[in-house]
Amino acid sequence: MKIKTLLMGTIATIACAPAFADGHEGERGRDGQVNIIYWQAPSTMNPFLSGGTKEIEAASLVLESLARFDETGQMVPWLAEEIPTVENGGVSEDLTSITWTIKEGVTWSDGSALTAEDLIFTHAYCTHPEGGCSQASYFDGVTSVEAEGERGVKITFGAPKPFPYTAFVGAESPIIQKAQFADCLGARAPECTEANFGPIGTGPFVVEDFRPNDVITFVANDSFREAGKPAFARVTFKGGGDAAAAARSVLETGEFDYAWNLQLAPDVLDRMEAVGLGTVVAAYGTSVERLHLNQTNPDPALGPDKRSVYMDGENAHPFLTDPVVGQALSMAIDRTLIDEVGYGAGGQPTCNLLPAPELYASTANDGCLTQDIEGAKALLEGAGWVDSNGNGTRDKDGVELTVLYQTSTNAVRQDTQALVKDWWSQIGVGAELRNVDASVFFGGDPGSPDTFQKFYADIEMYTNNFAGVDPEAYMANWRCRDIPGPANQWQGNNIQRFCREEYDALVDQMATTANLEERGELAKQMNDMIVQSYSIIPLIHRGNPSAHINTLGGVKMSDWDAEIWNIKDWYRISE
Amino acid sequence: MTDQTVNAEAQAEAYGALQDKEPPKEPRAQWKDVWDQFRKHKGALIGGGFLLFITLAVLIGPLVWQVDAKALDIRNKDMRPLYTLLWDSTARTSWAKPLGSDNLGRDILATLIAGGRASMAVGWTAMILALSIGTAIGVCAGYFRKLDGPLMRLTDLFLSLPILPLLLVAVTLFRQPLRANFGPETGMFILIVGVIGITSWMQTARIVRGEILALKEREFILAARSIGTTPFKIIRRHLLPNVISPIMVSATLGLATAIITESALSFLGVGFPSDFPTWGKLLSDAVPRMEEFPERVMLPGILISLTVLSVNYLGDGLRDALDPRIRGR
Repeated sequence: MKIKTLLMGTIATIACAPAFADGHEGERGRDGQVNIIYWQAPSTMNPFLSGGTKEIEAASLVLESLARFDETGQMVPWLAEEIPTVENGGVSEDLTSITWTIKEGVTWSDGSALTAEDLIFTHAYCTHPEGGCSQASYFDGVTSVEAEGERGVKITFGAPKPFPYTAFVGAESPIIQKAQFADCLGARAPECTEANFGPIGTGPFVVEDFRPNDVITFVANDSFREAGKPAFARVTFKGGGDAAAAARSVLETGEFDYAWNLQLAPDVLDRMEAVGLGTVVAAYGTSVERLHLNQTNPDPALGPDKRSVYMDGENAHPFLTDPVVGQALSMAIDRTLIDEVGYGAGGQPTCNLLPAPELYASTANDGCLTQDIEGAKALLEGAGWVDSNGNGTRDKDGVELTVLYQTSTNAVRQDTQALVKDWWSQIGVGAELRNVDASVFFGGDPGSPDTFQKFYADIEMYTNNFAGVDPEAYMANWRCRDIPGPANQWQGNNIQRFCREEYDALVDQMATTANLEERGELAKQMNDMIVQSYSIIPLIHRGNPSAHINTLGGVKMSDWDAEIWNIKDWYRISE
Repeated sequence: MTDQTVNAEAQAEAYGALQDKEPPKEPRAQWKDVWDQFRKHKGALIGGGFLLFITLAVLIGPLVWQVDAKALDIRNKDMRPLYTLLWDSTARTSWAKPLGSDNLGRDILATLIAGGRASMAVGWTAMILALSIGTAIGVCAGYFRKLDGPLMRLTDLFLSLPILPLLLVAVTLFRQPLRANFGPETGMFILIVGVIGITSWMQTARIVRGEILALKEREFILAARSIGTTPFKIIRRHLLPNVISPIMVSATLGLATAIITESALSFLGVGFPSDFPTWGKLLSDAVPRMEEFPERVMLPGILISLTVLSVNYLGDGLRDALDPRIRGR
């Protein structure tokens, strides 16, 4: 009898096994370790002190916000109970305030409760006049953050805010703990190394060990609010290397479970995927590969206080502020060919800085899609740029049309550089190419001369995007006051140093416009103003390819938020 | 008159035993001995020949194969080398691109020649620089007792410098001024050559110092000193010719190291601008596609390996040939 029971039991267990394997419920930390590779290594865990995507992504494991955006761009309540709307009374009728309710039982990883005080502090931290908060644009228009009741937080705006989901929404505007950062306000923010490297958060993981520009080790947060999550007990977040090595470590050798930002030539990626260990996933969001044309003078002779510093327009670039030059540079580029060589299915040519969502995408600039070398020549000719000294590059009043064109080190970008240089040489513009290691280029270190914020070059190329679905905060990047410089520790997102009063007025107008159609119109106008100033030349609307191993379940890549936004739901598919 | 003639003959007769009837062998020049010894080393001969060939190829090559290494030809991208036709008659090849083209249509033969120019120039210049510094310091330290301590501690200091991090720092610090004064490519060339040069002279200095220490106690130096020869002349006339063999050996090794270091730098993406071909850069650019287009990795890789190997063999042969104690065995 006993043996029979035992046998029956065994059979039953075997029969049930596949069912267990598929399910992914269970106790916290049951699936052991997950290895993630970000080939650009994070240099800090504090997203307020870095404009780089990699820091924001790494921090998103620990720091959370009230709501996040899922893979379709829909808002999901995260630390909040629900998304406040006018209908449910969370947003005031006159659109000047929004009231969030924090979920019950949310605690920091040190056990203390998350309160409205922390949100009030986060606002004060990021808007401190002496600090250089990279994400300050998310607090644009916010006049006060107040506690309301036990778990309520009321955010008041100076003017009606039709899209109030900017502050504390998405990975770029997370909440930090008051107790930990209280002494780190303003100019002292970068000095709080311990807090910046190991912030206490509400997220599914806790920093165990942080080595800047190298490896981060996370362990599961024991006081995480959802039972049985995360499924992984440990996360190794490795940085460094290059995109090809990262892709290979997932797709060909299986050493890592998830690799981010695989900007590789399409033929290379396809062949790696054919090995069958992993899958390439791509999310289309708002990423645009673009050229930034420095509007300030990057002449090395100027010294650190003047070089590439805006100085209220006193320090203009010798020729790139002239839209005719920018237009000629743009016309000479064959975007379709760049797409074919470097992006394949992962990109499409674009002429807009804001290619999506559809409501905001302008169609006024589509003429740039066809290359026009002769037209570009004629344009320069007409503006007086001729090769008067016969050295192969055009000049005017003793200024030669040669540019220093920099980007991060990446095979696709170097191919693009070579192509663009070739076209520019055909219209008589000389280019010197430079590539900087991506960890340094996007590192945001104010001491390094090679960061994209310092912009010690004439033209630089990279991709940027915005998290979330509303472009208001993103378009506000190009306000005059967001220009990076020594005064704000080179933080600020107006990389090309674009400054127009009309543009700032449009930003202000958008902040007070409620009607969705009108907002679309305004976004288009702003996009057109920047694109037609030729301070930015958009090239490719990029899908963002990442790869995960086939045994990793639950991955829902989002390009509207941190792409690993739902890591708490990841699990291991047992074989 | 006849008497005198008879006398002379008699004298010659008398001292005949003391005279050589005829020279047994022709007098031999030192360098001929060296050459004879060198010729016996087959490896060195082949190595030297190959090095000469490569050097000539990169110098004269652009005159023969007049294709711009930087010119893009996107319609003819991803061509295979002609020899692939041997086993795959459907391969995309063209006589205009005998070694194929890369993913942007640049001609591989032309880039190899241009890349070789850069790599060889860096190698030779850095080697000569390192050799001059190393020999000078080694000789001074070995000959002048007072300088020995400070110079050798300096050598130890330089030996403890890691070259790659140092290069990265130097690139950050000096790129800008050099670029402004000499242009991006020459500026970078000076920087790379300079840094490789000043970080690889230490081995030479140590070897030379050791040799000099032993040599300067020998009798012929004592003799030279006793007749009042100045230190400078002793070094030039007596010491340097005697240490030429270790110097030559470290020179060949130095050339190889310099080429490899430059390749490593290009591989890391610091160094020359991204469209300036060097062997190291060609190699690193080709790595992502090496399964599909193995030749793009193999060709520069083989060239780097063969050059370094041939230089090493050459050094081996030169050491045997230049050392009078080994010569003739």
